[in-house]
Amino acid sequence: MSGIIFTDANFEAEVLKSDLPVLVDFYADWCGPCKMIAPIVEELAKEYKGKLKVGELDVDTSTETAQKYGVMSIPTLIIFKGGQVVSTLVGFRPKEALAAEINKILQ
Amino acid sequence: MSYDVIIIGSGPAGLTAAIYNIRAGFKVLVIAGYAWGGQLMLTTEVENYPGFPDGILGPDLMQKMRQQAENLGVEFIDKDAVEIDVNKRPFKVYTGLNTQIEGRTVIIATGAATKWLDVPGEKELIGKGISSCAPCDAFFFKGKNVIVVGGGDSAMEETLVLARVVNSVAIIHRRHEFRASQIMQDRVFANAKIKVLWNTMVTEVLGKDKVTGVRLRNYSSSEARSQNDSSRPFASNNNTKESEMPIDGVFVAIGHKPNSEKFIGRIDLDDKGYVIRHEQYEGKLLKYWSSTNVDGVFVAGDVHDYRYKQAVTAAGFGCIAGLDAEKWLDEQKG
Repeated sequence: MSGIIFTDANFEAEVLKSDLPVLVDFYADWCGPCKMIAPIVEELAKEYKGKLKVGELDVDTSTETAQKYGVMSIPTLIIFKGGQVVSTLVGFRPKEALAAEINKILQ
Repeated sequence: MSYDVIIIGSGPAGLTAAIYNIRAGFKVLVIAGYAWGGQLMLTTEVENYPGFPDGILGPDLMQKMRQQAENLGVEFIDKDAVEIDVNKRPFKVYTGLNTQIEGRTVIIATGAATKWLDVPGEKELIGKGISSCAPCDAFFFKGKNVIVVGGGDSAMEETLVLARVVNSVAIIHRRHEFRASQIMQDRVFANAKIKVLWNTMVTEVLGKDKVTGVRLRNYSSSEARSQNDSSRPFASNNNTKESEMPIDGVFVAIGHKPNSEKFIGRIDLDDKGYVIRHEQYEGKLLKYWSSTNVDGVFVAGDVHDYRYKQAVTAAGFGCIAGLDAEKWLDEQKG
């Protein structure tokens, strides 16, 4: 998978207090579109290494965080910057669309 | 890049065609689309695909089909085909501005996509309580009250998936009976968590940051009308009742529309957007079943099939298109 695993337990330290902006992929094992987007997220993790932290959060086990951010549909990708939500992308998106959104935020 | 067969689409139809064509010795490319795998990626248990006695998860079935095609040597591009040029051969398919791929034949297997309700409030709340994928999103509605809109097998499946976790689920259906298969209906009617509102349409989804309710219109069965039919003004009638229903989630399963926009003006489509088959005969004998109006372009699956729409029929149509393309290519050589 895309490397870093976020959970309810490490969310504050890994995401909210991160120096880099963070992309969190809210997913679950039972979700087909999550499987479609996973390899794209993985590629983004590689391509934005050093500029953006990328990881995934299993909504099944980290319910609290998913609820806190109002995730009601998966996959949902949320980008955090300085502990704040700067972008929320619901549902499957092509890689180009995700990259465009990330670039906007990294500028 | 140049191929014998370019297949646009990666559901059961496209992948079956790919498997047949690669085994016939052709060079085959599948333009899988960003959302590869098609509608089965949005399902859970598939119990009517032969060969899996204990059922199989839709996404798993698609992963296996793709793996089978890849193992045999089929190439894949996980992008959308944005443009197709069938005016002269070889045909050209574009996946971006400067990415042109040439194919001696093209098989269109782009399938169909969810039809939304097209009512006020819907667009804004997709992902905030409105969903078309119960297997994906049921989890977020644990202990809550939801509705499913629709009356076919997929509406029944969505409902049953939801019923496992939610407090209650109501099916909103515009007619007074379902067109779903009997076994699915039986399961729905046997479940105490599920109730059905017949002859009812959703006219608006309510809520600001998330879904809080829906506005419903109930009418007598004699004036049953299509959910999307706005051409006829609604007859004022004493039997028509408007009401609001507080609800946490709306799952839409009213059917699908063919993914054929990019073929408009290039391939013959019917008035609903389905690709039209033009069968070709040799004397009285059927020569090509899956041919379109363009010689060398074939079609398979839900993008032309407005009637059956099953994973296994799509695979069957994919086989037909694959065999037709094979015969066509052989004739060109001859």
